[in-house]
Amino acid sequence: MAFFQIDNLSKSFGGLKAVDQLDFQVQEKEIFSIIGPNGAGKSTIFNCINGLYKPEQGKILFKGNNLIGRRPDQIASAGIARTFQNLELFAHMTTLDNIMLGRHLSMKASIAAVLGLSFKRSKAAKEELQHRRKVEEIIDFLELESARDQFVSNLPYGKQKLVELGRALALEPDLLLLDEPAAGLTQEEREDMVFWIKDIRDLLGITVILIEHNMQMVQNISDRILAINFGKPITTGTPEEVLGHPEVIRAYLGEDITQV
Amino acid sequence: MRNLKTDYFEDLQLFKDGLQLFWSAVLLLLLFALPFFVKTYYLTIINLMAVNVVVALGLNLLVGNTGQISLGHAGFVAIGAYTTVLLLKAGVPFIFALTASGLVTGLFGVLLGIPSLKLEGPYLAIATLAFGLAVTTVIGRMDFLGGRMGMNVPKISLGWTGLKYDQSLYYVIIIITILAVIATRNLLKSRIGRAFQAIRDSDIAASAIGINLTKYKLYSFGISAFFAGIAGSLWALYLGFINPTLFSFILSINFLVIIVLGGLGSITGSVMGAIVLTYLNLQLEDVVEIPILGDALLRFSELFMTATGVSNVSWFLTGFILILVVLFEPLGLYGLWLRTKIYWKRWPF
Ligand SMILES: Nc1ncnc2c1ncn2[C@@H]1O[C@H](COP(=O)(O)OP(=O)(O)OP(=O)(O)O)[C@@H](O)[C@H]1O
Ligand SMILES: [Mg+2]
Repeated sequence: MAFFQIDNLSKSFGGLKAVDQLDFQVQEKEIFSIIGPNGAGKSTIFNCINGLYKPEQGKILFKGNNLIGRRPDQIASAGIARTFQNLELFAHMTTLDNIMLGRHLSMKASIAAVLGLSFKRSKAAKEELQHRRKVEEIIDFLELESARDQFVSNLPYGKQKLVELGRALALEPDLLLLDEPAAGLTQEEREDMVFWIKDIRDLLGITVILIEHNMQMVQNISDRILAINFGKPITTGTPEEVLGHPEVIRAYLGEDITQV
Repeated sequence: MRNLKTDYFEDLQLFKDGLQLFWSAVLLLLLFALPFFVKTYYLTIINLMAVNVVVALGLNLLVGNTGQISLGHAGFVAIGAYTTVLLLKAGVPFIFALTASGLVTGLFGVLLGIPSLKLEGPYLAIATLAFGLAVTTVIGRMDFLGGRMGMNVPKISLGWTGLKYDQSLYYVIIIITILAVIATRNLLKSRIGRAFQAIRDSDIAASAIGINLTKYKLYSFGISAFFAGIAGSLWALYLGFINPTLFSFILSINFLVIIVLGGLGSITGSVMGAIVLTYLNLQLEDVVEIPILGDALLRFSELFMTATGVSNVSWFLTGFILILVVLFEPLGLYGLWLRTKIYWKRWPF
């Protein structure tokens, strides 16, 4: 049984088949990339996995359990976290609060309990502080100290991307879905991002599924790649196999895709 | 650079520093000494301000922090008020009547929250508006609730304090208001308050990090209504008499004006908005007594601003002030307060 597996998944919008009878498998602790031209259906796959979209058919098996029909919050508690292509941050909150929200599921204080928050000995305060320490570790890890107390809407784009990554990491997921984490970043920021994604897998042992347009990055980081077009798979394999595949190259209009 | 602050509890404690503690203590002392210095009339005004603070705290939680809307909060206040009166008449001690009013109203809040799961924006606004109107209509038809004539509110036994009734009542209201402020503050700093704000800023992301949208939206409606119920209970007490017309649609709007004027999503804003608007509502009534200008406003109001021919000068002046706030200081009085603070910190540079 694969760690994560998609069977015969289809999702359409009106007449448009965004994902069309798709199959793939991801092994534990793998960095697995999904590539394809604009509109190929990559983000739609993520939206199906995390329960935002209801596919018409197919199975999504995570550690052997079918996720179809579960709500996004249930999928998060099953151990799957994600980031969004077009940032979905809590804009009017600070970096700290955004990442603290990633701890929501592991915190348990009830409405009655949180009323005692201002007392140091209260259960709610103890819980809050315990998770706060965890969040400070993430802030350290992603070097977000200077952004900690700022409202995220005031942060530069690259930092906002990191806050979103930090928030997903705070869930301590088993599977992390990253939708174009390097889009819009500077060269330097992108190199840091590669470094962090590798660390996330190597140090934290988290399995990563990555959607990315930057082929250099994909080549450098992925264990295996799935290329899709029109919601259908073109091929799956190692970076060399996939990026050199004639149909993949054709899908990208014959461009030298390592330069895309 | 590693984080030097190791005692994160500093971010949770009620008072940031000694200075804040000092000023809070001064304010508290002042509030508690007041009944010995001022006339009952002024205590009544402070009572009204305090009750509005409690409603505003709850409404702001729903609107400012969770991003939902309610045009029917007067309905919740009514439910709280009538529950208290019924229970007091049945001989239930006040403290239980108060708690029950909060809980019963909270339950109605959860029920009204159910459509919010499907409805958004203007549709939710209409649903809550209909709720507010329905509450007073139904009460007006119930004989055991006094119908449209209303009911007297039994006095509660506060003789043991050794103070005059009005004074004791003032203390009851002030203490509960302070507790409400602290409760709101702790709630907002907690995982639950954060979840509310997450829903407001991005419901997609909120659900993706594990927040059950249904549950937390209903929590927000329930808690918001709970506060309105408590406020209604207190309001009934110090008015001594209630009838359905007190809880009109205009009152619901008034509550919204308070939080917009004060500052959406801010506790300081709720408090300042309630105090200032309560005061304005009283003062604006007197604007018509100003020579010439007062007459002009009165004529203007009677000719153009009302369908019934009754003048409503104070209302359109409030509306005018609100428009100015939205245009020039969207964070409301709270925003003004922040700027003043920053200004004085920098002064005299
Ligand atoms: N909610 C939606 N409603 C209607 N159509 C949608 C919706 N979401 C996606 N689509 C359509 O489905 C197709 C696949 O979209 P998707 O966002 O998955 O592409 P993508 O591979 O992520 O592209 P990009 O690289 O541009 O992000 C597109 O044609 C898109 O217009
Ligand atoms: Mg996409």
